[in-house]
Amino acid sequence: MEILYENVLQLSWQHVVMWLIGGILIYLAIKKEMEPTLLLPLGFGTLLVNLPLSGAINQVLADGSVQEGALSTLFEAGISNELFPLILFIGIGAMIDFSPILSNPKLMIFGGAAQFGIFLTLCLASMFFDINDAASIAIIGAADGPTSIVVAQKLQSKYLGAIMVAAYSYMALVPIIQPPVIKLLTTKKERLIRMPYAQRPVSKLTKILFPIIITLVAGIVAPASVSLIGFLMFGNLIRECGVLNSLSETAQKVLANLITIFLGITIASQMQAESFLRPETLLILGLGLVAFIFDTAGGVLFAKFLNLFMKQKINPMIGAAGISAFPMSGRVVHKMGLKEDPQNFLLMHSIGVNVSGQIASVIAGGLILNFFM
Amino acid sequence: MKFNPMAFIDNLYYMLVGMAGILIVIGVIILITMFLNKATTPKNNS
Repeated sequence: MEILYENVLQLSWQHVVMWLIGGILIYLAIKKEMEPTLLLPLGFGTLLVNLPLSGAINQVLADGSVQEGALSTLFEAGISNELFPLILFIGIGAMIDFSPILSNPKLMIFGGAAQFGIFLTLCLASMFFDINDAASIAIIGAADGPTSIVVAQKLQSKYLGAIMVAAYSYMALVPIIQPPVIKLLTTKKERLIRMPYAQRPVSKLTKILFPIIITLVAGIVAPASVSLIGFLMFGNLIRECGVLNSLSETAQKVLANLITIFLGITIASQMQAESFLRPETLLILGLGLVAFIFDTAGGVLFAKFLNLFMKQKINPMIGAAGISAFPMSGRVVHKMGLKEDPQNFLLMHSIGVNVSGQIASVIAGGLILNFFM
Repeated sequence: MKFNPMAFIDNLYYMLVGMAGILIVIGVIILITMFLNKATTPKNNS
């Protein structure tokens, strides 16, 4: 009985707050269907690691020896060496159809412009954090969970848990965050601009060569990112080569789902009360939001800038789809276009820009690693 | 946690180089993709 009392006495208000946070994550995953594959394991894992003397994480015993916990072991095996996020990238690469940007490659430029929020947030975060933590926080704006994990881990950020929660929560909140920013920066006339879409055929050879060439180009420019872009493009090559359909299906479904489960629950090992309940966490959540807002603004304003020189105007809303949150961002822009004019179909353009955002966000992550490693 | 407003100015360099770097790399990828499309799409003689 005494042992039971001892454990209850170890309980602190911080543990209870973390249970509430875990509960909110589970609620958002189930009730609101916000990134459930990640937020549910993350929420449940938060409960697991915030029990007094939890056996799920490493505990230092009275005699100084360490009692190993399963989640700490998983963290060492799959996160601290970036293995889980990289393997997840194979699945994501297998899911992506690059046809919209291969058919209209000029759209890719918006993916680049929409990374502006990352670099602005880097400058803002550097006022409060040391540069490696600031860079890790800024990459939340990539709207790309695996990239955020790899960058934060490689730069040895102390705030991995908060960065992960911010990255995945904001990805799920794209339909709430982006529309007001887009509306604020565009006029009704601009939102009504129609963009005719002409499907151009893309050869199978182009689809096969594209992931190989992107890996080589990105690997030469930002060698630190070669594993990120390489695993993403390897997944895409499996999809497009045409002789590995079974592997492609497995990568898209089973592999991606399996790794996502482990990723979520393992990241939760970083959400222990003593390291999560700090004023810095609130600041990180705020800076992540700034990164998302200015990514959106960067894409929209770049499209408006290009319109100054173009005869056939671009609907500036498609610039906002240049973040990596796929396909939410592309759909948000399409829906906004339809709301203004039910005959204005922007989907193919916005999805193309959205796909390019996935490539650009990985390149941004690679550049940041090049700067600070 | 510190507060050093001058760090914002000091790190503007990374914003400049980072954005220029991304736009250049994306530009190169666009050119390569256009070339790939041109080189691999069969010509329509009709």
